[in-house]
Amino acid sequence: MSSATYADLIADCVHCGFCLPACPTYVSWGNEMDSPRGRIDLMKGVHEGAIALDDSVVTHFDRCLGCMACVTACPSGVRYDLLIEETRVKVEDEHKREPFDQAFRELVFALFPRPDRLRLLAPLLYLFRKSGLQRLTRERGLTNLLPKRLRQLDELTPPLEFSQLRVQLPAFTPARRARRGTVALIAGCVQRVFFPNVNASTIRVLAAEGFDVVVPHNQGCCGALSLHAGRADESADFARALLDRFVPVENPHELDRYDAIIINAAGCGSTLKQYGALFAGDPVHGERAAAFDAKVRDVNEFLAGLEPVAPRKPAPIRVAYHDACHLAHAQGIRDEPRALLRSIPGLELVEIPQGDQCCGSAGVYNLLEPESGAEIGERKVDNILSVAPQLLASANPGCTLQIRSLLARRGIDLPAAHPIEILDVAVS
Amino acid sequence: MILRTAETVDAQRELAAIVGSENCIVDPAELRVYECDGLTGTRVRPLVVVLPATTEEVAGVVKIARRYGLPIVPRGAGTGLSGGALPVENGIVIGLSRMHRILEIDFENLRMRLQPGVINLDVTKAIAAHGYYYAPDPSSQSVCSIGGNIAENSGGAHCLKYGFTTNHVYSATVVTSDGDVVEIGSPCSDAVGYDLMAALVGSEGLVGIVTEAVVRILRTPEKTCTLFATFPSTDEAGNCVSGIVAAGIVPAAIEMMDKLAIEAIVKSTGVDWPLDVGAALLVDVDGVEAEAEHTAAQAVEIARASGALEVRTPRDERERQLMWKGRKSAFAAMGRISPNYYVQDGVIPRSEISLVLREIADLCAREGFRVANVFHAGDGNLHPLVLYDGRIPGQAHHAEEVAAEILRICLRHGGSITGEHGVGADKAAYMGEAFSEADLESMNFVRCAFDPHAIFNPGKVFPTPRLCGDRAGAYVPHATEISEQAGRG
Repeated sequence: MSSATYADLIADCVHCGFCLPACPTYVSWGNEMDSPRGRIDLMKGVHEGAIALDDSVVTHFDRCLGCMACVTACPSGVRYDLLIEETRVKVEDEHKREPFDQAFRELVFALFPRPDRLRLLAPLLYLFRKSGLQRLTRERGLTNLLPKRLRQLDELTPPLEFSQLRVQLPAFTPARRARRGTVALIAGCVQRVFFPNVNASTIRVLAAEGFDVVVPHNQGCCGALSLHAGRADESADFARALLDRFVPVENPHELDRYDAIIINAAGCGSTLKQYGALFAGDPVHGERAAAFDAKVRDVNEFLAGLEPVAPRKPAPIRVAYHDACHLAHAQGIRDEPRALLRSIPGLELVEIPQGDQCCGSAGVYNLLEPESGAEIGERKVDNILSVAPQLLASANPGCTLQIRSLLARRGIDLPAAHPIEILDVAVS
Repeated sequence: MILRTAETVDAQRELAAIVGSENCIVDPAELRVYECDGLTGTRVRPLVVVLPATTEEVAGVVKIARRYGLPIVPRGAGTGLSGGALPVENGIVIGLSRMHRILEIDFENLRMRLQPGVINLDVTKAIAAHGYYYAPDPSSQSVCSIGGNIAENSGGAHCLKYGFTTNHVYSATVVTSDGDVVEIGSPCSDAVGYDLMAALVGSEGLVGIVTEAVVRILRTPEKTCTLFATFPSTDEAGNCVSGIVAAGIVPAAIEMMDKLAIEAIVKSTGVDWPLDVGAALLVDVDGVEAEAEHTAAQAVEIARASGALEVRTPRDERERQLMWKGRKSAFAAMGRISPNYYVQDGVIPRSEISLVLREIADLCAREGFRVANVFHAGDGNLHPLVLYDGRIPGQAHHAEEVAAEILRICLRHGGSITGEHGVGADKAAYMGEAFSEADLESMNFVRCAFDPHAIFNPGKVFPTPRLCGDRAGAYVPHATEISEQAGRG
């Protein structure tokens, strides 16, 4: 982004303050530095050279969840999403972090966007838990000796079954009814390793609705986590590799096979839809990226736009649907998942109060800012419990991990599932 | 500088001890974000910002301020448009955003006890399911806080029928300039004695700091009928407003938007309004069902007779909400059609609307500015928005001059310089044009009865800094004089 564009985006803010109550960190602490208009003012100060990009200023940028609730709230149409993304790149380029902070960030980004490594971690976690070592360390309070961020990493990773570790998605699944088209599935990183059932359900439902489903193998990360953390180069590398996998340079027409490219993780979907903008003007990737992102659909969005053909069995259950920020605020997908859930006879859908507020997961935010993430998450859990659901529907793996871990801390057993998993039960 | 460096550090340390260091902001970069409120043209960096959580903490902060001779500027959500929360250099800003709890809901007596940082709309949200609401509804109601509403005596679209904030606050817990905690008003109607609440509400932070308030709540009207009417120009729309009021109808709200305002609102909210009209009215009529429907039908007839191009009613509650959202985000939506804007706030007799709007249009055309109008037509409260580009040198200043001239037009037509945004820092200079010296002196007597040391929000409201020091004995210069915030000239 050019310096002039950045300045223009900043100038769009008229300082009206309509973003304040939408911002989870402002709600937490009530200070302007941790509000969108305050952060924009800090960006302006840094950009104009009035203040330095020092530890204090960087802290306020770091504390932003990137939930984009302010973008929804802003009457002036300020693109805070673009501003914070660009600011984070500046921070990574120009600011030197504390060695421990930097090392932890490297660890997170060496692990989470890389399903192959995550998958190696999974059996270790499995052994750690099944061997009783986890129970032992927790009972003895040994985990309390770990820094908060590492403890958070342990708490967030979900219970795993050994069978889950071996799930391989079929490269091709034929439609189970009269064929309506062909779609490709992006398997995600965290989704693939920690929630393999979500991908399996997605394939089953799409097949039941009359689609051939292709899962290109050797998919890497889409770059979302890195992009949201200001690691622009790393993110671009991931994005290029994924693009090459779906739209090979030597055969760009491979994309024509697909009616849509389906993603079932909110954070990934919002970045995948940005590919065209990310590679705008790039002679090698620009055109392919635009053609690719035009076909990307969140699975909720895709299915809600179709006349359903698979009959739904009744499911008399009280479900609270949690809006993932990267679906609701970033992609404007609010009604679609609700419509899908309502298509199941007998299902009672309840609204979570303050549903437009983030759950505190926000990509890797809860790992990097565990205290703030937990404070925001606790509010979300209170709001969820206030409507007494029997099941929580969440369309983003990060949110599901976060909410589940906070519920577990309170000793509450509330099952959580992706809307597509609930739909899968109804159509299977 | 008021304080030597060592004293500054001492004062900051003492303040941090009261509110906690995380709620005591002293870092220059962090202080930057508190340099202004919704009026961005003037910025002043304070010495320190504190974010107290209790009445006791506020009182503690005021006592320290008195001891060190530091002026205090209270701040709610910082959405004010007259610079009421503009900091004073070397002063303390007390931000009340952390005091945002609803303390008590008393349906039987139709009242609620609130901390000052509670957001206006959250009051209604907390009771809506029970069939109640809080009536004053400034356009920034989704953000602005009750404390700020009390300071500014905030109005809103529906104040036409239901009155301003002053009609909806029973009593308040106030921290005085001595750091004492007092109760003003009575939680029952018809309190005996002088109406001190009347002095407090609308005092723009010069009388005391409200740390709790008991507000009045109302039953949600059984039926609200909304109509949206478009007109060839603001003349016909203005006549329609006069016609509705003359027919004896008291609508809950009548809002007017001109062509430019409609354009900004459509761009911002996507509401389905036509762009090829000269003006539009958004009207709410409420009451029991039969009454509301009857008067709404009457209003439709009057609109047609006044030359309306189209009169429509929202299909459902969702469309009604969208229409009102459009109106309420109109100021902020100006960002869609202009890099900067100057919101003016003046009042004129209702009968002068068409005339004054034409004068304003002529003035702005002459000076080379676009002007958008979106305002509470029912009570003649104008909000002309002078659009400018702050990146062009001199434009901001020129726009301000044009806006000032608009106020003079209002005064010439028998109106006033502010309807609801307050005088603050922005309009203090025009008080002398609106009031005589004797009027201002009387106002200052009232202020000094509450704050004899003038530590609360100095430099606001009064055209030249006024003190309360005319007492017998040796002259003692006031802290604000030493800091050159105030003078006796």
